[in-house]
Amino acid sequence: MMRRRVAIHDTHAESRLFTRRALVSLIVVVGMLLLLVFNLYHLQVKSFSTYQTRSNDNRIRLLPIAPNRGLIYDRNGVLLAENRPVFSLELVPEEVDDLGQTVADLAELLPITLEEQEKFLESSRFSRRFKRLPLKARLNEEQVAIFSVNQHRFPGVYIEARPTRYYPYGDVLTHVLGFVAKINRKDLQRIEEAGDLANYKATRDIGKQGIEKYYERFLHGQVGYREVEVNNRGRIIRTLSVQEPVAGQDLFLNIDINLQLLAHQALAGSRGAIVAMDARDGGVLAMVSAPSYDPNLFVHGISSKDYRELLESKDRPLINRATQGTYPPASTIKPHMALLALEEYIVTPSTRIWDPGWYQPPNVNRRFRDWKRWGHGWVDMYHAIEQSCDTYYYELAHKLGIDKISDFMTKFGWGEYSGIDIHEESRGNMPSRGWKRARYNQPWYLGDTISVGIGQGYWTTTPIQLASATAIFANQGKHYVPRVLKSFQTSTGTLAVPADERPPVVLKQEKNWRPVIDAMYGVNHKITGTAHKVFSDAWYESAGKTGTAQVIGIAEDEEYDEEKIDERHRDNAMYMGYAPLNDPRIVLSVAVENAGGGSANAAPIARRLMDYYMNNTSLLPEFKPEF
Amino acid sequence: MLGSGSQTQGAQSKQSIWFRMHIDMPLLIGLLVLMAVGLMVIYSAGGQEKALVIRQVTRLGIGLIVMLVVAQINPMSYQRWALPVFTVGVAMLVGVLLFGHVGKGAQRWLDLGFMKFQPSEVMKLAVPLMVAWFVARQPLPPRKRDLFVGAILVLMPTLLIAKQPDLGTSLLISASGIFVLFLAGASWRLIGFFGAAIAAFVPVLWFFLMHNYQRQRVLTFLNPESDPLGSGYHIIQSKIAIGSGGLWGKGWCHGTQSQLEFLPERHTDFIFAVFSEEFGLVGVLALLAIYLFIIVRGLMIAAQAQAAFSRLLAGSIVLTFFVYVFVNIGMVSGLLPVVGVPLPLVSYGGTSMVTLMAGFGILMAIHTHRRLIAT
Repeated sequence: MMRRRVAIHDTHAESRLFTRRALVSLIVVVGMLLLLVFNLYHLQVKSFSTYQTRSNDNRIRLLPIAPNRGLIYDRNGVLLAENRPVFSLELVPEEVDDLGQTVADLAELLPITLEEQEKFLESSRFSRRFKRLPLKARLNEEQVAIFSVNQHRFPGVYIEARPTRYYPYGDVLTHVLGFVAKINRKDLQRIEEAGDLANYKATRDIGKQGIEKYYERFLHGQVGYREVEVNNRGRIIRTLSVQEPVAGQDLFLNIDINLQLLAHQALAGSRGAIVAMDARDGGVLAMVSAPSYDPNLFVHGISSKDYRELLESKDRPLINRATQGTYPPASTIKPHMALLALEEYIVTPSTRIWDPGWYQPPNVNRRFRDWKRWGHGWVDMYHAIEQSCDTYYYELAHKLGIDKISDFMTKFGWGEYSGIDIHEESRGNMPSRGWKRARYNQPWYLGDTISVGIGQGYWTTTPIQLASATAIFANQGKHYVPRVLKSFQTSTGTLAVPADERPPVVLKQEKNWRPVIDAMYGVNHKITGTAHKVFSDAWYESAGKTGTAQVIGIAEDEEYDEEKIDERHRDNAMYMGYAPLNDPRIVLSVAVENAGGGSANAAPIARRLMDYYMNNTSLLPEFKPEF
Repeated sequence: MLGSGSQTQGAQSKQSIWFRMHIDMPLLIGLLVLMAVGLMVIYSAGGQEKALVIRQVTRLGIGLIVMLVVAQINPMSYQRWALPVFTVGVAMLVGVLLFGHVGKGAQRWLDLGFMKFQPSEVMKLAVPLMVAWFVARQPLPPRKRDLFVGAILVLMPTLLIAKQPDLGTSLLISASGIFVLFLAGASWRLIGFFGAAIAAFVPVLWFFLMHNYQRQRVLTFLNPESDPLGSGYHIIQSKIAIGSGGLWGKGWCHGTQSQLEFLPERHTDFIFAVFSEEFGLVGVLALLAIYLFIIVRGLMIAAQAQAAFSRLLAGSIVLTFFVYVFVNIGMVSGLLPVVGVPLPLVSYGGTSMVTLMAGFGILMAIHTHRRLIAT
């Protein structure tokens, strides 16, 4: 073995033995200390940067700051959409001693419903620590004052002022501006796909419709960040740095709020739509869809009852009739038909056709009736437009055939998206053989062509299309895309949006525009014109065309009697026109549902708007937005 | 080197007033420096709260007094006390298991009516005392039979304390007993055999004796990132604190891990993490140097002791002191599983500190009563 045994205590041997063992121990101790040091060296020197990062990740949080949404103005700088502070009562559960008692005390002070209290207490159970939770949304100023006086009694309870969208003109601009509302799951998905999630970290609302949606990118702005130090419970200890958010860009629209108000008032109580465009660049001066609704309801989250009411209303206020309403264009397209007939040498302006009050194509056992029972007699092109002779167009359509009509009308934008800077848009329908085959699996019949000849049958259009097609007439071929946005604010100044043009309509003979335009002038200004009564005393010259669209088919031998027919089956009143005749500035399209004849019910509205625009001092409606 | 170098120093210091007061100056200075470091870190870790520091100062004061009092007693008289104290201690451990006060999921406290009492603390000194007395009666190195009895004397309280369960203390107590046997000269072959027996015992420990929370601690130790918010949280945050301290540290009271309370048990078991975060590797090396100094000094005292009993007792106390240091730093820096062992004389807390100081009192007594012992 290692050591010899000693019978009795050998002090020296024992001492030496101990010293040896103590030395061994000391060596082991030093070795183990070196092991510790080696490990600490590894942690503190080798992996220093890793642990430094992790330490900072622990304590540093980036709190996003929402940018202020860009404001929206009309063409003259009138504020149409602003941000107002909305006050809400918020509570940090961790900072409150007795949550139930505090909520009960607050309920005594402010009108907090039991439902709101329960909802809050429920959500407080699952929230992140030290997060402010809303107890009562939308306090009015009086309630804010009441709470402020009592604030000392409620530690951990705060009034939060959040800038929230407000539309001072309420339902006047709903379908143009759209509105913002809380970001939902679908929005979030879209934002994520666009790789913009970080930018929306602090944002509550997003544009849901109209300009607010179309120009969301401009309006939203750039998120800011506050770098804060937090402790292990997430409580903010101090702010380390702040990167201010960049507010969204302010937009200036082509809308003239006074014209818009006038149009809004003109359609009060009716269903219909008006579009006013600047003939010179396609700028949308006014766009009204009636009935409308208050977009402010949606900003704060509309109640399900209110929403259901809007959704289920027979008047369908949620639809933007100006861009989504599809109407038979009726006689408003007669100038276009005439132009095509001139181009195709079917007629000359002075070619006369006999109208006995009906048209019967050869070998067809059916008569297509004129609106004038007894007929117009001999009718040339001017007469056919001014007095809106149907028979004339039955014959033109018959001779042209659907293929030529369809091709030509598509160049004017019928059946196509107008390209307006609003997402909510329908294409309407410009029918063709192929379309009917695809849609109904039926061949195209002659009768279909003849109906199309007077803008009925399968042909439907939206008011924005009608306005756009009229603008092409006003500009003799030039095709401006309708634009709501006029300019926007950038860091260096205001940047105007250039007019957007599509390929112009080029005629085989440019001279063909003139006679048709002259005839449209006749509609408004010749004694025989259908809108003569409305425009006779105007101090400016204008061109236009009325239309009266059948909503239900009237049998061949049946009489249309307004009194006997259900209100919703009455004719739609249509009108399109522009002014002044030479050097046109304003283009209008008007559709009033179930109002009756276009000359009596749509043309007067157009006249009023033209008057305002041509004069700028005409009667303005009484309207004071609530501020 | 150890023995011869210190002999002259001891002869010189016997003349001094400190020697007559039974105080070993180098050891005392080492202890005081440690205490000062501890107070500084407690002040920082406790959120700069003075009350905490004042309370710890009071405790340290009590500890110093206990040390002084113990130092006055002739170490040879401890031999008489070894058997009765050990017997009563074991009896109390049994009592704890039967009637003990449950705190933090473990039975460690005995309620004596006027005060709560932790018998395991007594055993920290009673076990080395008992084993040293037992083996030193016979010539050293001890016979196999004596070693066997000594082993039983160690195992009994160890198991009783492990059952409470208090893994940290049972580890310290078994270490203190084993150190006595090792220093007494247990043959290397026996030590090898003993080590193998422990290795064989590990599975038994794991499957039959360990509590769930103890197993969890070991599992967490092996892979702390597996449960970063649960049981791995302590060790992850502790490693982040140490690692982010770097070479020079973040500065006193500027450790973010501790000041922002990411680090749990900052002023008690994990105080070393606070220290390393704020003072860096440089500070850590200085701290370890102080500990090494105390250990070297303690071993010198042990080697100079005249009686075998004193040598064994002193050596065991010093080495156990090192076990504290190693286990605490090892667990805080992720080398060892988390067991509740404080960083001696630095961690906030009274009970184990007072026991440690009593141990140092014994060391001083052994060193300063040499003259009085017949050679």
